[in-house]
Amino acid sequence: MIAEFGLVALWLAAALAGLQLFAGFMGLREGGEGIAVLARPAALVQALLCGVSFFTLLWLFARTDLSVALVASNSHSAKPLIFKLSGAWGNHEGSMLLWVTVMALAGGLIAFIERRLPEKTMLATLGAQAFVALGFYAFLLFSSNPFERLAVAPVEGNGLNPLLQDIGLAFHPPTLYFGYVGLSVAFSFVVGALLTRQVTPDFARVMRPWVLGAWCLLTIGITAGSYWAYYELGWGGWWFWDPVENASLMPWLAATALLHSVSVLAARDALRAWTVMLGVVAFSMSMVGTFLVRSGILTSVHAFAVDPERGSFILALLALNIGGALAIFATRAGTVAEGERFSVFSREGALVINNVALSAILGIVLLGTLYPLLTEAFDVRVSVGPPYFNPVGAIFLFPMLIVLAIGPILRWRGDSFARIRMPVLVLGGLLLVAMVALWAITGIGILPLLGLALALVVAVGSILPLRGRSVRRLPVAVWGMVIAHFGVAVTLFGMASDTAFQQERLVAANIGDVVEVGPWTAQLEAVSPVAGPNWTAIEARLSLRYEGQEVAEANPQARSFWSPPTETSEVALTTRWNGQLYTALGNQAEDGRWQLRLWWKPFVTWIWYGGLLIALGGALALVGRVVGDIRRRVAGRKIVDRKADEAAIAAGSGS
Amino acid sequence: MGTGIKPKHQRLVLLVIALVALVGAGLLAAWALRNQANYFYLPSEIVAEAPAPDEAVRLGGMVEMGSINTAEDGVTVRFIVGDGDARVPVSFTGIVPALFVEGSGVVAEGSLAADGTFIATNLLAKHDENYMPRELEGMTTEEVRAEIEATLE
Repeated sequence: MIAEFGLVALWLAAALAGLQLFAGFMGLREGGEGIAVLARPAALVQALLCGVSFFTLLWLFARTDLSVALVASNSHSAKPLIFKLSGAWGNHEGSMLLWVTVMALAGGLIAFIERRLPEKTMLATLGAQAFVALGFYAFLLFSSNPFERLAVAPVEGNGLNPLLQDIGLAFHPPTLYFGYVGLSVAFSFVVGALLTRQVTPDFARVMRPWVLGAWCLLTIGITAGSYWAYYELGWGGWWFWDPVENASLMPWLAATALLHSVSVLAARDALRAWTVMLGVVAFSMSMVGTFLVRSGILTSVHAFAVDPERGSFILALLALNIGGALAIFATRAGTVAEGERFSVFSREGALVINNVALSAILGIVLLGTLYPLLTEAFDVRVSVGPPYFNPVGAIFLFPMLIVLAIGPILRWRGDSFARIRMPVLVLGGLLLVAMVALWAITGIGILPLLGLALALVVAVGSILPLRGRSVRRLPVAVWGMVIAHFGVAVTLFGMASDTAFQQERLVAANIGDVVEVGPWTAQLEAVSPVAGPNWTAIEARLSLRYEGQEVAEANPQARSFWSPPTETSEVALTTRWNGQLYTALGNQAEDGRWQLRLWWKPFVTWIWYGGLLIALGGALALVGRVVGDIRRRVAGRKIVDRKADEAAIAAGSGS
Repeated sequence: MGTGIKPKHQRLVLLVIALVALVGAGLLAAWALRNQANYFYLPSEIVAEAPAPDEAVRLGGMVEMGSINTAEDGVTVRFIVGDGDARVPVSFTGIVPALFVEGSGVVAEGSLAADGTFIATNLLAKHDENYMPRELEGMTTEEVRAEIEATLE
């Protein structure tokens, strides 16, 4: 019964999305106001119904109801509760239900709170949101029903891929989905603004929190995904240029560009058409990502099922949404008037360079990701990896970082070089000195060398906007920018230093053997079996010394899960402020020795600290903007009240 | 700077910069992809047409039964990858993935040494839990090839 209840809620939600689309469309026509008032309530009730449907699925997974096909094939009664729940979205159908639910919640939220835009623009926005949602409802209900029953319930479930039985899974997909869906809201606003010809700074201010929020969540999702791959896959890398990683990176790049251009539109009423275009591109990239991951066209841990039907369905949705939006853009772009003008040497100019560089990197990643699919059509199988992405991406990344260091101190509209000569000379000098010093002392490769030097320059440049300003009275949003830009420097430093200075040892060791790697010495003390709730493992005990000081113990494991039967490597991480020692246990050789792999990774953790700083900066900017909006609204209301009072007094004294 | 140029031209300058950068990025990507893409070979293909010794390629095939040998150092594995037509010796130093077993599919990333041994820097075994290795005997070369291509990646 419970599964059917969830399915009915989902069908009703889909019907309401249809109503919302119709109401939004009628709202654009003369005399359609009677039906148009239904758009907002439809969005609200839809959010509620989707929430109910998703909780039903969680309930089914919590109780391990094996008569439901999805539970039987993805869960197991002996799994810990947290993994039972996270297993609800650790599969294709459940994750699509999560997507639709988050989208409905976002739609309900804008319907409930957003009153700043002209009502027609809001109706068009809600209509666009419903249109996108309907496609996903159809996808769920017709080709990926999460509530499907089995004729005969099995005695026990199939279990969940052990790689996915991790706390990372509980948070990684939802954060990314919230980010993707936040971009769908931005997309709906763009379509709404285009349809009603309202590409204004007000529209930018309304859209900005959604872009900022989506961007923060994508940042966190990518950071978490990178760390998860780093410790769970046991290969010691933090970015593999895997198609699935690229699928999350591309929307992030587009959102980063959009976030900056929307600020220009909000502050200066410039870059109108470009911002609208980026809004379309950002959500397109979310959908391309979903297509690549969910169609099974590319295989990885993330591709749950190779199903051409589903792939075609998402491709059709993609074509419909993007094609539709581009068609509206093509017909309406001419009516988007040219915005305010600005000089090349200005804050706007710097932001244009940021946008162009980010778009170029986006194009490079997109081409590299799709190239294997393209060649496969000609029966040539290739893979594209770091030798392509790293140098080609760097050609655009590094100039962009230089602009990042000086852009924030430029003035809007136009600036003169004489005014910023000092900081530019200081930063340029710093870059040169750092590069020469690093080259002379370390002799590392060109990419990490530039990375380290630029990390220093960006770090100094990011705090320049604080110069000569009262730290107490600085707006929260400016703090957000400073912290996010500083985070970029921290991440870059971590990446470059790990690439340049990591050391690796791979040995076959007997009990009692000592392995040295970098400043560490590790002694293999023992290897013994251990057991967990649904796995058994072989665990090594290593005593670690850092520069001769005994500091810690590391316990890497080789784990065997029995349902489904799979083996995973659980690495041991020993973290210091200046890096991590990464230890993995391999197989036992015939002569009884154990394979051990140790990596000393200097400052590798800074990659993820930086990612979190970037997200924190975005969150601060979001809070600053929202608080500012609320204050402005309250102040506006007070003025209206006072005017009404004055009018009343004037009327009173006149009588 | 900028004061000498008319506002209308300023806009044009930015547009040109943007176009040049984006088109440049596209051309650069196309050129780099042709040079940096990592080609996939089956054993019979790599034997027939050997890639340059320093070229990074991928070799995919079935690990021959009884061919896995661990070297004296305990961390180097030698085995033979075949597709029914040709057999290629592979050497890999590192921890092999859990699903790397004799008689199942594997993709080795690396390059072909001058002596005909494939030096792998990374081994990929199928991650999918539903994956079942099947017997290759009694199949034609085309069937074997289709089988390998279906089980790899």
